[in-house]
Amino acid sequence: MYELLHDLLGDSLLVYVIGAALPLLFVLPFAVVAVLLEMKVSAHMQDRVAYMYTGWHGVLQPVADILKLLQKEDTVPAAADKFLFRLAPFLVFMGGYAGFAALPFSSAYIGSNIDLGVFYILAVSSLAVIGLMMSGWASNNKWSLFGAMRSVAQIISYEIPSALSILVAVMIVGSLNLQEVSKFQEGGIQNWIVFGGPMPLLQKLLLLPFTITAFFILFLAGIAEVNRTPFDLPEAESELVQGYNTEYSGMKFAIFYLAEFANMFLVSGIVVSLYLGGWTSPFGDVMSGPIWSFFWFVAKGMFFVFLQVWIRWTLPRLRVDQLMYTSWKVLTPFLFVCIFAVGLILVL
Amino acid sequence: MSEVRLYFNNIWMALSTAAIGMKTTIRHLFTPAVTIQYPDVKLKLPERARNRLYVNIDDCIGCDQCAMACPVDCISIETIKGTPDQDLGVTSTGQKKRLHVPVFDIDIAKCCYCGLCVYPCPTECIMMTDVYEFSEFDRHNLNYHYSRMSPGEITVAKEKLRKADEEAAAKKAAAAAAAAAKPATPPPAAGTPPKQEGGAQEQAKPNNPS
Repeated sequence: MYELLHDLLGDSLLVYVIGAALPLLFVLPFAVVAVLLEMKVSAHMQDRVAYMYTGWHGVLQPVADILKLLQKEDTVPAAADKFLFRLAPFLVFMGGYAGFAALPFSSAYIGSNIDLGVFYILAVSSLAVIGLMMSGWASNNKWSLFGAMRSVAQIISYEIPSALSILVAVMIVGSLNLQEVSKFQEGGIQNWIVFGGPMPLLQKLLLLPFTITAFFILFLAGIAEVNRTPFDLPEAESELVQGYNTEYSGMKFAIFYLAEFANMFLVSGIVVSLYLGGWTSPFGDVMSGPIWSFFWFVAKGMFFVFLQVWIRWTLPRLRVDQLMYTSWKVLTPFLFVCIFAVGLILVL
Repeated sequence: MSEVRLYFNNIWMALSTAAIGMKTTIRHLFTPAVTIQYPDVKLKLPERARNRLYVNIDDCIGCDQCAMACPVDCISIETIKGTPDQDLGVTSTGQKKRLHVPVFDIDIAKCCYCGLCVYPCPTECIMMTDVYEFSEFDRHNLNYHYSRMSPGEITVAKEKLRKADEEAAAKKAAAAAAAAAKPATPPPAAGTPPKQEGGAQEQAKPNNPS
C-alpha cells in the first residue's frame, strides 16, 4: 500500500500519514464491534441478554460507552510519574497498532509489503511490554506494579512459543512476508498450512499433526500475549483490582481497552495468515479477488476473535506457576519437536 | 504413574476438560436467555403474595384490631364515636358502622409485610395487594392516608359528639340531681375525650394513594 501511495503522491509527508492512518479505519470500527461481541457473547453464554435498550438489541451501546469515556475526568494520581503515566497507554496501543502494518488484509492491501513481515510484528509488539511496565511503574500503586510485573513475565515467556510456532509455518513457506505466506496457501481449504499446505499428499499427511499442533500453540500463545483470560494474570480483577490500568481513567483507559482489542485482532490476523490461508478463499478460485479476500480475512479473523471471547468466558484463570509451566514445559518442548519434525519432512 | 505418563496425562486432562467447558458454554450460547426485561415484562406474582397494603375505608369500622396486631406499629387509627342521630351506614358485610375514622394512616416504609393485620379485620377491609412498585423520592409520601373524611366533616363529627356528650352529661347530672335529694353532685368529667384528637385534624387529609 505504501508503494502505491508513494507512486501516486510522490515523496510527501501525506503518504506516510495516510499509510499509517489506514489501518485505523479498520481498528476503530472493529473495537466497537468487538466490545459488543464480547458483551453479547458473554451474556448469552450465561443465559442473559446484555444491553437491550440502546438501539436494536443494544447495538449502539459501545458508541454510548465511548461517548461516556470521552466525558470522564482524566485523573492522574498525585504520586505518579506524570510523564511516564501519560506516555504508557500510547506506547501500549502503538505496539499493537504498528503490527497492523504488516498484516495482509486483502490480496491487494498490505500496509507495508516488507520481507520481514512476521518478524517485524513480533518485534514491534514487544514494545507493548515496555508500555505495560511503564504504566504499572508510573502508577505508583502496588496492584499496578504487580500487574505490570506479571504481564512482562508472561509476555516475554510466551513470545518464545509464539515465535517458534510462527517458525514452523515460515519453514514450510520459506518466507517471512505475510503476503507471500497467504499467496502460498491459495487454492482452497486443503492448501492451508494447518492442513499441511500445498504439498504432495504423503508429505502433507506427515506434516499434518505437527502443523495442527503448532497452529494450536500459536493461538494459545497469542491469547497469552494479549493478556486475555485464561492468561489474564496481569489484570486479574479478583486479585489485582485492574492490574496495570488500575489508576487509569477516561480516554487513557479507553486507549488501553482499544489496544487490547487491536491486539486481539492482530493475534487472530497472524494465526489466520500463517495457518488458515490468510485472505485466500476456502473454495479455491470461487469468491476470490481483492474484495472477497478482504472479506475472508476479516471473517476468519473475527472467528478467532470470537474464539478468544468464547475461551475467555469458559475457562478460569491460570495460576502464575501454571502459566510458566505451560509455556516452558509444555508448549516450548512440543514446538521443538514440531520444528524438528517439519524440518526433517521438508528436507526429505 | 510414571513421570512421563503424568506429564502427558496432565496435558490430555487440560485439553479435554477445557473442551468440556467450551462445549457447555457454546450450548448455553444458543439456549434462550432467562432474563426478564423487568420494567417491560413482569413476572406473575404468586397468588398469595404480600405486597402493599390497601384499606377499603368504606368497610372500616374503626375497631383498631389491625393496628394492635401490627408488630411494627405502622398503622395508626383514630376514631370519633358516632352519635345516635348520625347514620354511618353499613359495611359490605352488613355490619353497622358506629365510629368515624378520621385518621387511618399506614406508614408503608415501616411495614414488614407480615400480613398479620389482615387476619383480625372483622370486615376484611384491610388487605395485601400485588402492587410492589411504590418507591418515592420523599419518604413522607410513604405514609399513606386512607381516611376520606375532610377536616370539615371531622369538626362536625367532633362537635356532634361533644354536644351529645354534654347533653348526656347534663342529663346525667339532672338525673343525679333528681334522684338524690342531696344537691351539687359534680357531673362526671368523662365527657371530653375528643379533645385529644385536636392535633390529628390537619393531618387527616382524605388522601388515597392508590
